[in-house]
Amino acid sequence: MATAQPLEAPVSAERRSPLAVAFTALGWTVLILFAALEIFPFVFTVANSFKCLPAVQSYPRSLIPTPPFGVECTYQEGEQAGASRSASETSGALTFNPTLEGYQEIFDENLPRWLVNTAFFAVAVTILRLGFDSLAGYALARLKFPGNRLLFFTILGTMMVPPIVLLIPRFIILKQLSMLNTYQGLIVPLAVDAFGIFLMKQFFESIPGEIEEAALVDGANRFVLFWRVVLPMATPALTALAIFSFQGTWNDFLMPLIILSGNQDLWTLPLGLSFLRGAYGETLRWHAFLAGSVITTLPLALIFFYFQRYFVEGISYSGLKG
Amino acid sequence: MSEATTVMPKKRLTTMAAKKRQEAVAGYLFMTPALIIFLVFLIIPIGAAIYLSLTDWNGITPVFDKGAFKFVGLDNYSDLLRGYHTDDAGEIVKATTRQKDFFIALKNTTYYVLGVVPTQTILALILAVILNQRWLKARGFFRTAFYFPSITSSVVISIIFMWMFTRGGLVNTTIQALFGGYDNSQFINWLDDPRGVLHILLEQFGVTRTSVGGWASNRVFGLTLWEWISGPSITMSTIMILNTWTTIGTMMVIFLAALQNIPGSVYEAAAIDGANAWQIFRRITVPLLRPTTFFVVTLGLIGCFQIFDQVYVISSGGPAKTTYTIAYMVYLNGFDRSAMGLAAATAILLFIIIFAFTLLQRTIVKERANI
Repeated sequence: MATAQPLEAPVSAERRSPLAVAFTALGWTVLILFAALEIFPFVFTVANSFKCLPAVQSYPRSLIPTPPFGVECTYQEGEQAGASRSASETSGALTFNPTLEGYQEIFDENLPRWLVNTAFFAVAVTILRLGFDSLAGYALARLKFPGNRLLFFTILGTMMVPPIVLLIPRFIILKQLSMLNTYQGLIVPLAVDAFGIFLMKQFFESIPGEIEEAALVDGANRFVLFWRVVLPMATPALTALAIFSFQGTWNDFLMPLIILSGNQDLWTLPLGLSFLRGAYGETLRWHAFLAGSVITTLPLALIFFYFQRYFVEGISYSGLKG
Repeated sequence: MSEATTVMPKKRLTTMAAKKRQEAVAGYLFMTPALIIFLVFLIIPIGAAIYLSLTDWNGITPVFDKGAFKFVGLDNYSDLLRGYHTDDAGEIVKATTRQKDFFIALKNTTYYVLGVVPTQTILALILAVILNQRWLKARGFFRTAFYFPSITSSVVISIIFMWMFTRGGLVNTTIQALFGGYDNSQFINWLDDPRGVLHILLEQFGVTRTSVGGWASNRVFGLTLWEWISGPSITMSTIMILNTWTTIGTMMVIFLAALQNIPGSVYEAAAIDGANAWQIFRRITVPLLRPTTFFVVTLGLIGCFQIFDQVYVISSGGPAKTTYTIAYMVYLNGFDRSAMGLAAATAILLFIIIFAFTLLQRTIVKERANI
């Protein structure tokens, strides 16, 4: 490799035909265009979440916040008290005066409660999956017991079943167990997942088993061994699993819709926002909606930027094994 | 291990057996939480879904009450597929709306899948190939930019797209600002336009329902032939753009990982043999990526056939039922129209369709590989 590098560089530099240059330029253009298309909706969303409603409607493209900050969207005093300021008073074509009224409005809609619920669900499901998936994955990878293979293929097979098919029977079972509209009703059915078991099994098979065997000869208990020796070695796989579980539960819509609709106090962020859309009907309060969208996305965005490597590795890992 | 057994046969064997038993017990204990949850919330539900699809349960009467539901055999399936069933007395009971709604949903979903899956696969492949070029700088930045939408909640993305695509919204006004001659009266009503894009296209060539002749009025599965060739409505197209936009990143990351696994020596050998860039792409990259493409297309098919969240938030099946999808019909039948048995039958049919499509594309990919 080290010897090949100096040889390679001059050759490729020499070979840069006009066609190759054109291709490079075309490649850059396509990439930049698509990157802009993927990112700008978020940029506009963040900017508009800080505008007054009339400005959102009339000047959605202004992106530069300028003072005065924290502008009032309605007149506070004088003849027009209570009336909202016109769009051009708080925004121009390029600049706008930021306000927090969208955030204020969505907070008044019980959003803090949804945020807490969503975080609780996501954390609870993630912790349970880390435990149960790795236990099952370890058993399938390392322990010999009758039915081992059969169980593995059954679990793998369940990944084929679309969640929509399970929707109605799960609803009935939860109803029978009196778990509809409860915290546990959403958490327990999601506490194990086939993808996680698969991920953990693959990981355990990829690490050598000598350390465990040595500990077993010393007479260690299997569970203690798993807890003290095996799990600490599995940190990379556990991190990937935690990230996927957290993201999946945080964003899940179908299960909360079926299980939690009847109890407003348990609504999650996606559920709350979607019901708010129904309640608003045609007169959508966009500044508040966009503020809610920003709040829903922000925690995941932070996790994503911090743990990016694991996201990408996990995705490509599942892709290559599939 | 075999050496040890020959040295001290008797004692070793008993401890071996005990160890094996202990290992098996541990195995089952480790599996217990997963097994219980899978059994109660996955295996039993699959069986229950099949059974419920053979009943007329309404979803409201408690399911274990006496007379809560009647076993009706394949009546639900017959309603959905044929538009009628025969009752106990041998009389034919019509269910035209059920059939029509199901096939509207099937038509919409199929157009949706046929539009989204190839587009997202091809775009993802192109982007991945460009990202994999040696000259590229800032690879990490682009990968992040493309992947970011995939981590965002479907509800949030639906809200953002609704906002951008409102009639006087960001998309229309931006098009207006960039290109002249697109004034307010011509604005596309993205979120509320039931016209099919193929119908609109045909109209450009002067083909309308009346001009094509009588055959277009023939009904197949409850819909006229003219209705079948509508293409996705404008509103459905908006949802298609949304979903392509969201999933490109995931698919691109999968393709990129596979591309990086192709050893550079393969390309070098081809270059020495005088292959040009297009030949290398066509004859080396694409064939080597076949398993990945299969995976990406399968993932796309399974995901797209289940499209629900975006429809629920953006259009609730409208305008004029043009965004009814099969998954949305499951929800509508079960939780809105109080026909749980019918909803279960719809869900089972959806499962069969997804399964069939996956098998079909598997055979296509295999046949291609043989050439």
